[in-house]
Amino acid sequence: MVARLVCTAVLYGCPPTVRITTLEQLGGTHAHAMGNIVQFDNVGLRYGTGAETLSNISFTLASGGFYFLTGPSGAGKTSLLKLLYLAQRPSRGAIRLFGQDLVTMRRDRLPPLRRRIGVVFQDFRLVPHLSAFDNVALPLRLSGTDEREITAPVEEMLAWVGLSDRASARPATLSGGEQQRVAIARAVIGRPDMLVADEPTGNVDPDMALRLLHLFDGLNRLGTTIVVATHDLHLIGRISSARMMRLDRGQLSDPTGDLRYPPRTHDDPA
Amino acid sequence: MTPSPDPSPRRVLPEGRFAGPMPWVIAIMMFLAMLAAAAGLAIERTTASMRDALAGRITVQIVEANPDLRTRQRADVARELRRLASASAVTEVSDAEVRDLLTPWLGAEGLDSDIPVPALIDATLSDSSAPAIADIQRTVRTLAPSARVDRHADWLGPLAGLLETLKWLAIALVVLTGVAAAAAVILGSRAALDQHRATIDVMHLMGATDRQISRLFERRVAQDAISGAALGLVLAFGALMVVGWRFQAVGAALVAGSALGLIDITLLCLIPIAGVGLAILSARITVLRSLAHIL
Repeated sequence: MVARLVCTAVLYGCPPTVRITTLEQLGGTHAHAMGNIVQFDNVGLRYGTGAETLSNISFTLASGGFYFLTGPSGAGKTSLLKLLYLAQRPSRGAIRLFGQDLVTMRRDRLPPLRRRIGVVFQDFRLVPHLSAFDNVALPLRLSGTDEREITAPVEEMLAWVGLSDRASARPATLSGGEQQRVAIARAVIGRPDMLVADEPTGNVDPDMALRLLHLFDGLNRLGTTIVVATHDLHLIGRISSARMMRLDRGQLSDPTGDLRYPPRTHDDPA
Repeated sequence: MTPSPDPSPRRVLPEGRFAGPMPWVIAIMMFLAMLAAAAGLAIERTTASMRDALAGRITVQIVEANPDLRTRQRADVARELRRLASASAVTEVSDAEVRDLLTPWLGAEGLDSDIPVPALIDATLSDSSAPAIADIQRTVRTLAPSARVDRHADWLGPLAGLLETLKWLAIALVVLTGVAAAAAVILGSRAALDQHRATIDVMHLMGATDRQISRLFERRVAQDAISGAALGLVLAFGALMVVGWRFQAVGAALVAGSALGLIDITLLCLIPIAGVGLAILSARITVLRSLAHIL
């Protein structure tokens, strides 16, 4: 039922014949299991010998939460997201993800954790010579899913993002919005516990941005923790349950996540 | 909805046979390696053939001016040699045969009856080691003080040494060609890694293991290596057939002994297979070592 609501609410062109089971599978198993999925403790990050890009970052993200990460350009949002999706190790401090210490973890143990995280990159990063179908199927193939069990979910996911008729298209022939939807379909098809999106609405028109945001909200209702970095403060207000973190010059100004846009009042329950 | 026609995970990296220089480089390397190996095998064949032909063969030369004494000593020495357990064949070379042997060198008129020619005895021994020959030398000298025992193998020692050197040179060439092919694969793999760095990064962040990524490169290198090795194999066998045909036309006994057998051809066929394996292994090690430097 939740999935059907999500489908109805967020999808344009979502055909009525799309099976809902896939969406149920996407998040049904972890729906709203609360507890901390991410914990940063006094984390710092510097590239090379330069100044710290991130300093003294401490926060926790609850499982099933929806978080916005805002801040001016150059504040360190992308760097923070890189730490979240395991593209970087911190220079100092401690990070626990899914209850595991990332700082001391051997790199050969990272892939299973990465499979639990879906990433929507700001520049999409679709594999250029693969079709939309194959791009969306890539996480399933990497996780060793049998080829016979790939076609149906990928077709359903493409239908879910309204790209059924573009399955064979290469990224270069897709519009920015279509590439964005393929990237989102690729990020969520592996049923991630956490979805990290870096400026996912930066390359689409406002209408499309709102639709994508509703799509994230739908996933969140199915239990996926969502972390979205964005400049767009108008979008933030659209998700009532979302919490906001603000980065400024590498410092997190609201480590508790209580700062919201519009600002939380004392009467407003957490 | 129409899924892509070939949604194989193997296509994450773009593929194209003979699209780059790698198959051609490997073809050339395999061609050279097979020619060098064929030369080495032919030399080994020749050496073995020569060794078999000369093994255990000795000639006893009796330099005695008195023809009667010379004839008697020849008979005595031959009789003594026939008594040896290790002697399988003993042949007294007649004076006429010796003269025939010397005629090309001295001319018919140079061999008048006043010039003494040595008496010769050919023998084949099962043991022609240096101590055994020394024993025979001592025995023979008690019967003919001027006798000299020559091992045939000693006469062709320098040639055998040359052939041995050439054989090892051929082996070195095969090894160096393999090293050069591996180096080409390593450079090609590094270039491919750089070219597809963005795709590799995305795959890593999706949870791809290093082995999953290296397998993509191994598969691509294997395709290039198989194509190149097959081409090199065909070219090498073509060249060897032409050379073999030319050798047959020469018809010399030494050359005839160098003909490659079934085992040699099988060994030659193993070179491209080993080349493909080496290329895949090189690609795997290169990619895994490179990936180990990134998170």
